[in-house]
Amino acid sequence: MAGRAGSGAGMVEGSRWHKWVFFHIPLTVFVVGTLFPFYWMAVTAFRPDGELYRPWRAVNNTPFWTTQPTLEHAIYLFKQTMFATWLWNTMFIALLSTLISLFCGLLAGYALARLRFPLAGGLGTSIFVTYLVPPTLLFIPLANIIRDFRLGDTPWSLILTYPTFLIPFCTWLLMGYFKTIPKELEECARIDGATRVRAMIQIIFPIATPGILSAGIFAFTLSWNEFIYALVFLSSPQQKTVPVGVVSELIRGDVFFWGPLMAGALLGSIPVALIYSFFVEHYVAGLTGAVKG
Amino acid sequence: MTPKSRSRVIAGGAGQAAEAARLTAFPREATMGTVARLLEDERVLGSLLLLPTVVLLGLFIAYPFVKGVWLSLTSATVGDHGQFVGLANYVKIWNDSIFQRAAANTFVYTGLATIGKLALGMWLALLLNRHFRGKRLVRASMLLPFIVPTVLSTFAWKWMFDPTFSVLNWSLYHLGFIQTRIGWLTDPTMALGSVILVNIWRGMPFYAITLLAGLQTVNPELHEAAAIDGATGWQRFWRITWPLLLPVTMVVTLFSVIQTFADFQLVYVLTGGGPANATHLFATYAYQIGINTGLLGEGAAVSLAMFPMLFIIVVIQLWYIRRVEGA
Repeated sequence: MAGRAGSGAGMVEGSRWHKWVFFHIPLTVFVVGTLFPFYWMAVTAFRPDGELYRPWRAVNNTPFWTTQPTLEHAIYLFKQTMFATWLWNTMFIALLSTLISLFCGLLAGYALARLRFPLAGGLGTSIFVTYLVPPTLLFIPLANIIRDFRLGDTPWSLILTYPTFLIPFCTWLLMGYFKTIPKELEECARIDGATRVRAMIQIIFPIATPGILSAGIFAFTLSWNEFIYALVFLSSPQQKTVPVGVVSELIRGDVFFWGPLMAGALLGSIPVALIYSFFVEHYVAGLTGAVKG
Repeated sequence: MTPKSRSRVIAGGAGQAAEAARLTAFPREATMGTVARLLEDERVLGSLLLLPTVVLLGLFIAYPFVKGVWLSLTSATVGDHGQFVGLANYVKIWNDSIFQRAAANTFVYTGLATIGKLALGMWLALLLNRHFRGKRLVRASMLLPFIVPTVLSTFAWKWMFDPTFSVLNWSLYHLGFIQTRIGWLTDPTMALGSVILVNIWRGMPFYAITLLAGLQTVNPELHEAAAIDGATGWQRFWRITWPLLLPVTMVVTLFSVIQTFADFQLVYVLTGGGPANATHLFATYAYQIGINTGLLGEGAAVSLAMFPMLFIIVVIQLWYIRRVEGA
């Protein structure tokens, strides 16, 4: 029973080799497997072209590191492409669509959690169902509609459509959050003469700040990630987001510029990874809240 | 008497003192206008609060859906509204061998990737549920594939799968496993497997972290009691952990099945549906026909071919959530 003390929910009894075989080795494999593509992205981004395109059986091939790191690919990205513009576009679109979704989700989540009115149940279910509608189901007719509304090739085509998959998520997350706030808090304020709207804005919303933050972080990463709408709705290089810009401007025909591509992938991932690293706990709360409903 | 009506009675019957307190606490409400009075009505306020959401979702989900169904019944192309052709587009794709292949691929892709993600995600969740140094860092970094824009990380994989410069081939060759290079994405039988591998890599953390959250709610005393009774780790997993985790597992899996079934980005970046249309999914084939070729009607039909399956999964999901909540 040597391992009992530290076992927790796991099963750590048994000998030392047992722990290696069933814990250390698998966990190491998971860590290496998960992170290797990012390491590879980084190595490629700093590797000079001469080293990059060396045959795989060449004797002097040192694939896992480079002795002459270079910034040429990153410089190419900012000088020869509109990468900086793409970064700005992605940030702007992700921020605005997140704010719109939070606004709608807050109001809708409160209404569904607290108010009784006809259609509440039906609307709640429909919002949940739209949550499960994947963008790939609707992109063709939506492209038509965007053109009819004269939104094609503008950031607004994305700022207005991203909320379709963000609002349902925000609503469900915040609705769950509101349900955990005791009704008495609101009632006290109302006894003191506050209107319902006032109690909602001044009492309930501030308490829900952690939930709002979780929903916001999660929504932001989702819109930073989005691809197919951006691919279909945007056409001119100066309007593109990072994922679409990298795909369409760094590949010419069959030629892949791997150095700049990996530098672009790395630099395009860093902002969202940074935001995530500051708010890991909130993100995880959002993620697990997203599936609990 | 409901709490709400009780509060009204108290507010109404408290008399002078309460009125004075109310005036000092929220002076503006003393002169409540008609609008404010209307907002006190739950029906009015509820509808008003839901209005922005309903408008946005109506314009960009419900309307496109109706429009998509209509498009799929016409011969519309880019720049031409086309004519009503009934089910002709559906008949055409039904007999289209590439569509048949794409449909089969989508089911294989969804099935294998889901099994892989669930099994590995569960395993990782069990590993992460133990105490070790640097646990928080490991847990946070495990989510990276899920955070980083999929298209960008998929490019890293495409580079790792490169026919000439593949680091995977280099490693396998130097470890002595292979003599000739593997055509990860160029070999038609291999390509779908490679795409599934990347999907598992990307989606597994989502399972791991959500299942881990579920695992943390399992009472450790159950495991201790079972261990004292002589149950092995394997038995304890199937008799205690798995049943307790089943509701979370079901919801996560159904949610992920929908995403995987409708996947687009991985295939678009890795193979573009090739080689020789061997890796098309519904979504990538719809894109090729609807956007690249410009046959909007037919493309919309290919997209909507996903609908029956998605509908079934959503119904199961709703039914399951209701059942769990009702229990």
